[in-house]
Amino acid sequence: MRGFWRYLARRLAQAVVTLFLLASLIFLLFRLVPGDPVSMYVDVGMTQEARAMVLHQFGLDRPLGEQYLLYLSNLLRGNFGVSFQYGKPALQVVGERFWATVLLMAASLLIAFVLGVAGGAFLAWQRGTWLEALGTVVALVLRSAPVFWSGMILLSIFAFKLKWFPLGGIRATGLELHSQWEKFLSWDFLHHLFLPALTAGLYSLASPLLVMRTSMLDVIREDFIELARAKGLKEYQVVFRHAVRNSLLPVITVMAVMVGFAIGGVVLVETVFRWPGLGREIVMAVRARDYPVAQTCFILIGATVMLFNLLADLLYGYLDPRVVWD
Amino acid sequence: MTARELLSALTRDRLGLVGLILFGIFALTAVFAPLIAPFDPMQMHFRPDGTLARLEPPSASHWLGTTRMGRDVFSQVVMGARPALLVGVLSAVCVVAVGTNVGIVAGYYGGWVDDLLMRLTDLAFGVPFLPFALILVALLGPGLRNMVIAIVLVMWRSSARVVRAQVLTLKRRAFVEAARIGGAGNLRILYRHLLPSVLPLALVYTALAMAWAIMAEANLSFLGYADPRMASWGKILYECYTSQAMFVAWWWMVPPGAAITLLVLSGFLVGRAYEEVANPRLRRR
Repeated sequence: MRGFWRYLARRLAQAVVTLFLLASLIFLLFRLVPGDPVSMYVDVGMTQEARAMVLHQFGLDRPLGEQYLLYLSNLLRGNFGVSFQYGKPALQVVGERFWATVLLMAASLLIAFVLGVAGGAFLAWQRGTWLEALGTVVALVLRSAPVFWSGMILLSIFAFKLKWFPLGGIRATGLELHSQWEKFLSWDFLHHLFLPALTAGLYSLASPLLVMRTSMLDVIREDFIELARAKGLKEYQVVFRHAVRNSLLPVITVMAVMVGFAIGGVVLVETVFRWPGLGREIVMAVRARDYPVAQTCFILIGATVMLFNLLADLLYGYLDPRVVWD
Repeated sequence: MTARELLSALTRDRLGLVGLILFGIFALTAVFAPLIAPFDPMQMHFRPDGTLARLEPPSASHWLGTTRMGRDVFSQVVMGARPALLVGVLSAVCVVAVGTNVGIVAGYYGGWVDDLLMRLTDLAFGVPFLPFALILVALLGPGLRNMVIAIVLVMWRSSARVVRAQVLTLKRRAFVEAARIGGAGNLRILYRHLLPSVLPLALVYTALAMAWAIMAEANLSFLGYADPRMASWGKILYECYTSQAMFVAWWWMVPPGAAITLLVLSGFLVGRAYEEVANPRLRRR
């Protein structure tokens, strides 16, 4: 157990270092790009004095090195700057968006995992038939289809034509909330969550599905499967109790790798479904040239990726008794 | 491995062959786009009574109907093959050139060079690609060149890591030792002896990088950062989505997305077939 805590501490330390690097990268990006940031964020019609005042207010009249140190120390104190659009601290603007994205991401990964494991096991079982070939092609097509486009198609069919789901957003307009919790714990929320989560989940489906298939084919050849059959277990018991369970580990590994890929999908899905998360916010902030908010979203998106990577690794350790934390 | 061997390996794999044919069709479409497209993609069409031919369903004169501004969807989709392939091929070549060089240099020299380059690779892996590309393209201005820059700055990471791993096993082999005893310098060993051995692997990553780059171009265009001078598939879908016509005009929404899907799929299929060449363990699965 001590090894586990040490492992967790090391992973968190790594995450902090990566976040620091991402924050530095985004700082450089906004300042090294041609043209000073103010000319982009400030009205053209502004007088010289007003311009100078804005420059001073954001500390942009100081040398680059000093700006960078100021920026880092502000970040450490949780000060991510003030949004140009909303006039509120950027972190406050983005706070709730973070949870909306985390929940959408979690739901989509869950869908990809469950469908991938079931589908992959099925394809392995159908080895050599035309169904297996079809399944492989369908998985690759789902990964090749632009996720915003599949979102538009699902919206047209299931929200516009059939009216089974809302056309977008995170909750019905005029919905009365009795508590903060109800925002994310209600039928209305799940009803809004389903289509975007399905869209992002199908986009991420190919990796777990194909890995599960390969892994099942490997496991089926192992001695313990032979033994299970020899013990006289029924075929479904062999498949579900022994083969599927032991094939899961590589799927979890690939889920950890997939998280970075999945976040791009989530950004687009949020835009199509008007889901008020980090992805939609960063797109709007960049368009509105609200760079404190864009910056904050970028760092928090990086944090989301790291959070899910860590969760996948911990899950792997939990499921595989051979893992030693160190 | 010679070019002919690669090609024959590719045509043996049925899905790989499908991918190659698909890619060929798109490449021909892109080259001859102005000859295939019946109209200028930006031309607005009018009905006989003089009103704008808005959202016309497919017909003999407009095979895939018209957009909200009365433009011919089929012509736009045909012309859209150009930016997609341009970004795809250009980015793939640059991505793999950077990644392969980083990989062989890091793997061959080892020590602090390796440490430095691999930490840089780790950093690139930590960058969420789409948000990064979005900010970079918004700051530098929309356009194909800036999209390629954003793609190359991040995507080199996977080929670098894989090529390095390959070089680590190759450099202990006898032929490298023989070359060194034969008096070959570091550069000669790197580019005459190691590079040809990692080339099949690099080709796998070229096909995959092309698929990802085309997807990235579509995604950025859909977010509103398309090259303003060209009709791209992502831009067609951006206009379809923002005009709120997607629920009524399926002919406007379905074809450009299907084109992106098929072209990206061709990259994945070719990459998968090459992978079986580069990694024989995967064969007969």
